[in-house]
Amino acid sequence: MNLDASIAAILLLDGATNGMVYALIAIALVLVFAVTRILFLPQGEFVAYGALTLAMLQQGKVPGPVWLLLALAVCAGATRGWALLRSGQARALPAMLLRNLVLPALVAALVLWAAPRQFALPLQVALTLLLVTALGPLLYQVVYESLAASSVLVLLIVSVGVHFTLTGLGLLFFGAEGFRTPAFWDARWMLNGVTLGAQTVAVLLAALVLMAVLGLVLQRTLYGKALRATAVNRLGARLMGVSPGLAGQLTFAMAAFIGALSGMLIGPMTTMFYDSGFLIGLKGFVAATIGGLASFPLAAGGALAVGWIESFSSFWASDFKEVVVFMSLLPILLWRSIASPAHDEEEA
Amino acid sequence: MHHRSALRAAPSAKASATDSASAAAPSPAPAAIPRRRKPWLAPALLLAVFVLFPLLPTPQFWVVQANYIGLYALAAIGVVLLTGIGGMTSFGQAAFAGIGAYASAYLCTAHGVSPWLALGIGLLLTGASALVLGWITLRMSGHYLPLATIAWGISLYFLFGKLAWLGSYDGISGVPALRVFGIDLAQDRAMYYLVWGIVLLAAWLSLNLLDSRPGRALRALKGGTVMAEAMGIDTARHKILLFVLAALLASVSGWLFAHLQRTVNPSPFSIKMGIEYLFMAVVGGVSHIWGALLGAGIVKLMEDQLQVWLPRMLGGGGSYEGIVLGLVLVLMLKYARDGLWPGVAALAARVLPAAPRQAPAPAEALPRRALPPAGSPLLQVESMTKRFGGLVAVNGVSFNVKAGEIVGLIGPNGAGKSTTFNLVSGLLKPTGGAVRFLGEAVAGQGARAIARRGMARTFQHVKLLPAMTVLENVALGTHARLDSVMGMDVARAMLRLDRRSEARLLAEAARALEQVGLAHLMHEPAGSLALGQQRILEIARALCCDPVLLLLDEPAAGLRHLEKQALADVLKQLRAGGMSILLVEHDMAFVMQLTDHIVVMEFGTKIAEGTPQQIQVHPAVIEAYLGGTE
Repeated sequence: MNLDASIAAILLLDGATNGMVYALIAIALVLVFAVTRILFLPQGEFVAYGALTLAMLQQGKVPGPVWLLLALAVCAGATRGWALLRSGQARALPAMLLRNLVLPALVAALVLWAAPRQFALPLQVALTLLLVTALGPLLYQVVYESLAASSVLVLLIVSVGVHFTLTGLGLLFFGAEGFRTPAFWDARWMLNGVTLGAQTVAVLLAALVLMAVLGLVLQRTLYGKALRATAVNRLGARLMGVSPGLAGQLTFAMAAFIGALSGMLIGPMTTMFYDSGFLIGLKGFVAATIGGLASFPLAAGGALAVGWIESFSSFWASDFKEVVVFMSLLPILLWRSIASPAHDEEEA
Repeated sequence: MHHRSALRAAPSAKASATDSASAAAPSPAPAAIPRRRKPWLAPALLLAVFVLFPLLPTPQFWVVQANYIGLYALAAIGVVLLTGIGGMTSFGQAAFAGIGAYASAYLCTAHGVSPWLALGIGLLLTGASALVLGWITLRMSGHYLPLATIAWGISLYFLFGKLAWLGSYDGISGVPALRVFGIDLAQDRAMYYLVWGIVLLAAWLSLNLLDSRPGRALRALKGGTVMAEAMGIDTARHKILLFVLAALLASVSGWLFAHLQRTVNPSPFSIKMGIEYLFMAVVGGVSHIWGALLGAGIVKLMEDQLQVWLPRMLGGGGSYEGIVLGLVLVLMLKYARDGLWPGVAALAARVLPAAPRQAPAPAEALPRRALPPAGSPLLQVESMTKRFGGLVAVNGVSFNVKAGEIVGLIGPNGAGKSTTFNLVSGLLKPTGGAVRFLGEAVAGQGARAIARRGMARTFQHVKLLPAMTVLENVALGTHARLDSVMGMDVARAMLRLDRRSEARLLAEAARALEQVGLAHLMHEPAGSLALGQQRILEIARALCCDPVLLLLDEPAAGLRHLEKQALADVLKQLRAGGMSILLVEHDMAFVMQLTDHIVVMEFGTKIAEGTPQQIQVHPAVIEAYLGGTE
């Protein structure tokens, strides 16, 4: 098959759609790395959890992440409660338990109640977002918070452990079967011989809206400013009264939200398995690396490039699509190492 | 050289203990051995167990297990070298094993090449790809290497799975068994000797390497590159070396795998396996070579059990072991970051205490640099400026150090003294001005090049490797004294052919410790010293660089009065021997009694210079320190 204008248009559109999803993930990765120095490999698991939780709700089944949420809530409540009691801050106990135990329990109860009732799609989407987003801050508290001062290397290896566990749990929760979730918007238009699916438009719109909102939150709100301050200088931010724990939890909530939303956006376009998230997340990493894991616009632009590399290589050499996408990281790294040569970051 | 063999008895005892533990054989109770009467007895017994293991009526299952554990251990040793020793990490070990396995499987089946030749080709391919990956990523911050190896591992996995001439996802079958000296290794029991022979050889070579001049440089990588570069160590090359060595170990493991299993397919070389190698190293003890063997054994056995029990508990036929492996990994890093090996080693040490270590024997002295004649110009700093963005930290500062004098650099906090130090020693690049050292312009040359010209320094915030002994830390300073080709050096160290030069380096380090009065602590871990002693250790390390000019950043901070006196005496002695010293110090009594010349800085500029007597009455200095004369 030769590449003609209409195929090129299809590939461009396809690449842009996937690219926008990768952009969302890349932005989440950059945010998490900037604020917490965690290379968050399990970001892809949030994507899979989002898509598959929606698939479970579609079938009227209770999605497994409910149990994970409860388990994390109990762990967080217990460890926090113990720490508060030992340091004689029993007065802070009720507020902590409300936040770490009662609220997650309410979310879980809501999902348990709603799951068999098979509400309309928008409600199920909202439930999914609620459930997966709630996982983020708890995960940060239980796993990462006590390690916040560790080296990037240790945090990365911990993330690998989290990835293993979450993927294994995904298999337990959703089974080995793949699912496609329903499209948010099920229309099609013909434009100059190219079919434009409404889901594509939905993805592009949702991604753009989310990026705009995220930008506003980071630029304008107090919490956003606190996150940016933490990213620039952890100690300085702390001295100004920004709690690093809170910053981490907030970041993880955003990452989980973005992950779940991305999962539901691509869910209708590709069959999602319990372990599909990993590769999707890694493509986000390839994109984020283009921005040096520091720049949001470059990461988003990189993600579009990754989307296009993927769509065009699936046309020319579909077998080697992944090889091309992941090997494209090497020239990117080479370029970065020449453009911005070594700067030693001391890790005591 | 008698003390040397005594030194080595302890590690080899541990060595064999792990071999048999990993091979799941009951180890003979070393408690029965009379204490240190026959230091060879325990290792000999354990070696016997290792040799006898497949000869005894051990069930076939355990022999097979032992073989696989050996293969995993080999790749995990690479992870230990990289992560535990070098402070880097890679998820690419499985991919490199894949190259070794596929190279041999393909060449042996499609072209009838000898497996031994195929091993060499596999190693070449692996080494070349590791070199390229390392060269690209290791010049940047540490987190790009793991990301690059993940991308590389995934690409290679898909490549193996898609290329028809590599058998796609079905892989290559009919790989021939190995033959050694006419002995057929098709049997698992025969293969056991090859596998474990190679594992023990790799462990021995790695331990030898770590206990040598290039080994100390590799171990220094973990403490960041600033100190290592200041000791004249080329950190980028050492990082790449470590990455390539780790990859080669994985490649050998893959080659053995292909000829043990007699078929290859992509799945044992997936990124999941790459992560598991890291997992093994962390569980066993990521900073210990023997931890890799221990971890490989534990993880393999644990995984087998989990694969049986978890599906029964959770229902369904999935592979749920990842859940537990991931949890264990997180818990280990939270609560037992050193892994299990230190516990095992402590236990072994209780049963079999190591011989007390002795000071290095005197050896032929290292070559010394000729010191310039006293009074000749040594260091000339001319209107040196450093801007950090809008902040001018050092503003047009000029001063000279003449050979054979001690110059003090003083000033209130934030005056720019440490920045000046960093500019002179090459850690920072001046924005403007010139620095001439021994008559040559050195500004912007980099810390390593300047160190090799004969300028050695200590750091305001002590930079040493807490887990290494005091002696080893000081010996880091001698790194650039015996220059040679790095590859040759590494090979000689691995094969223990470097003992004569090693003895010279250690003797030099011991001499420096003697000079500064720390000789009695030479076998303590550097991290256990008091802060003041750590500062003195840094001086001894700097002395080992054989400097012409010594840069000391607050050497007396944290010392008690008598210790300060002793330090002052040492520095005076050095000056009497022709050494030149530039020091930053806050203790005025110390500076005034010691220095020949003082430079005073405030807010990044030089406000005065002169002899101690002149400085003491200089109005600008008094104003800077006391806030004004009436």
